[in-house]
Amino acid sequence: MPAISVALTGNPNTGKSTIFNELTGARQKIGNWPGVTVDKKVGLIEYKGRKISVVDLPGTYSINARSQEEQVVSDYFAENKPDIVVNIIDASNISRNLFLTVQLMENGIPLILNLNMMDEAERHGIKINESKLEEIFGMPVTSTVGRDNKSVKVLLDVFTNTRMANYQPSKIFQEHLDRINQIKASGESQEKIDEEIITARYDFIDKVMNAAVTLNVADKGLTEKLDSYLANGFLALPIMVAMFYLLFQIAFEWVGQPLADLLGAFFEETVAPWAAEVMAAAGVADWMQSLVSDGIIVGVGSVLSFVPLIFTLFLCLSFLDGTGYMARVAFVMDPIMRRVGLTGKGIMPLIMGYGCGVPAIMGARTLDTHKDRMISILITPFLTCSAKVPIIALFAAMFFPDNVANIVFAMYFLGLATAIIMAKVLGETAFKGRESTFLLELPPYRMPDLKTVLLETWEKGKGYLVKAGTIIFAMSVAIWFLSSFNSDGMTDEMSESYLAGIGSATATIFAPQGFDTWEAGAAVVTGVLAKEAVVSTIGILYGADEEAVDTDDAEGTADVLMTTGMATAFTPLSALAFMVFTQLYSPCVTALGTIKKEAQSWKWMAFAFLYTCAVAWVAALLVYQVGRLLGFQ
Amino acid sequence: MTLKDTQPGMVVRIDALGESALKQRLMTMGLIPGTRVEILNSAPLGDPIAIRLRSYNLAMRRDDAASIQVTQLK
Repeated sequence: MPAISVALTGNPNTGKSTIFNELTGARQKIGNWPGVTVDKKVGLIEYKGRKISVVDLPGTYSINARSQEEQVVSDYFAENKPDIVVNIIDASNISRNLFLTVQLMENGIPLILNLNMMDEAERHGIKINESKLEEIFGMPVTSTVGRDNKSVKVLLDVFTNTRMANYQPSKIFQEHLDRINQIKASGESQEKIDEEIITARYDFIDKVMNAAVTLNVADKGLTEKLDSYLANGFLALPIMVAMFYLLFQIAFEWVGQPLADLLGAFFEETVAPWAAEVMAAAGVADWMQSLVSDGIIVGVGSVLSFVPLIFTLFLCLSFLDGTGYMARVAFVMDPIMRRVGLTGKGIMPLIMGYGCGVPAIMGARTLDTHKDRMISILITPFLTCSAKVPIIALFAAMFFPDNVANIVFAMYFLGLATAIIMAKVLGETAFKGRESTFLLELPPYRMPDLKTVLLETWEKGKGYLVKAGTIIFAMSVAIWFLSSFNSDGMTDEMSESYLAGIGSATATIFAPQGFDTWEAGAAVVTGVLAKEAVVSTIGILYGADEEAVDTDDAEGTADVLMTTGMATAFTPLSALAFMVFTQLYSPCVTALGTIKKEAQSWKWMAFAFLYTCAVAWVAALLVYQVGRLLGFQ
Repeated sequence: MTLKDTQPGMVVRIDALGESALKQRLMTMGLIPGTRVEILNSAPLGDPIAIRLRSYNLAMRRDDAASIQVTQLK
């Protein structure tokens, strides 16, 4: 017997993904729908000897093709005839949920109406007469309780036993269809027709509600009580700041970063020496040993060292998202974001950008419009990610020992201000269009489903590993090659390598900024690989011991480097120009790879690289030249 | 009056939706003439606002709310 094909459809926030995850478990594949950055989730299961393939369509309020998600669902039904379509309905919010149901049925798509969150609906005093609903729609009606595994498994019996042919739309639905056809034939303008159809659908829904649903006006629910603190009045802001502070603490202090450090140390202290020993014992050629130790292991190490951070961050964010709090963050931040030409939803990716640009760029896909997504992706690289902090800390400690805190603050501010200005500029040039709107459902606060949170985290983390990982890996090998070879073959002296050549070539363009040494040029180049590499490159090139350059100990490193040529290579003013440049210029390769993936375009990746470099170059030029005019050295 | 002029705690009925780029999206979300709407709260700076209709909560900007004619019920 052929596999039964099942499609899940429904509004956002109905627990649809949780049901999909309960049904398919880890046996799911996540890809992209063609041409868009909307996840396509498919799972294959076997039940009572029958194969069942389940596709989880993106959550939508309608199929009018106004958004990427709606386009995907509408295209899917135009091109596919699944055996069974399950319309997941949040029973506590049945009226608006039925809009999609009615629209799908008008298109002749046979449905199973599954009322989810029945427990929550009952708590809100909502009673639904399922057999009445079945009668009116002429479609099978089932019910589930969100996270209850057993109740979800009941659906499998429905999939294998239901004979959709036995169901016929009722007379009352037939009347609705007649009315829709009348409206379509009325000869009015398309806009008027669309509006009348929407009104007719809600008229029909109101009839259904009167016949099959009892609403007891309940007291204010828990959600409204919580919102009177979390999304209301001035208390909302400090609560939000505290929430994010906690999130960053978990990701960068308590869990993510310590794990990343452990992994990094494992590679450096265990894997690298072990590999070197094995290769030496086996008599492998020198260049091969160097490729493996300095190229591949360093490259893989840098990919993997991001992993604990990214996974921890995604875990926290998926959890927060599952509770419904993220919608409140967008709500509270909208007035501020709006002044920059963005919407409240855009705040999340930007906040993440202060940790790491990679999840920030990935997070942009949750935004509504192409314009919002692209602007968010393109301004993220200006923010002070955690890897830029060591550069600021080191240079501030070396050249501005009396003003460290002020300089650090100024650099953070510079990044933010540049991001804001560029958002405005991009919004009025490359992405000119009507102002983005803000219409956002505030879902009820719920305890997130653990399985869904974990699966989401895993999928996002895996996406990062595979796509960005390959690019970082290739770049690491390339940098290794450049720093270990010159035209005569392999060299031990980095100062004679291709990298030094590229460094001095690069440095020539920094003459107007006052830091045209080949060491600075090389640091800028390796900084594209990873921002962490700026400090370590400059330290090594100025002859400090590798051990002395500790990115976590700026003061100690500064003391060591003050005894080297670096102290005289930079003046305070050229050091400031260098800080400004490295704060703003190109995102690291990991971020560039992520931009390529999210914007689905090499062109935008190249643009992101070039325009950030240009902005950085001009900003550093202004700092140095204006500084000199004002008499600073 | 319009939805923009309402205060938290008010209950209103939608009378009409003016022309706007958002009109059909608003209607799809259930803001149809005759629908009962409760104004819940507003963001710290007074905008956007949160409303409750058809047993769910929705946030929108005050500028967009200005296109919605309402009558106060409570």
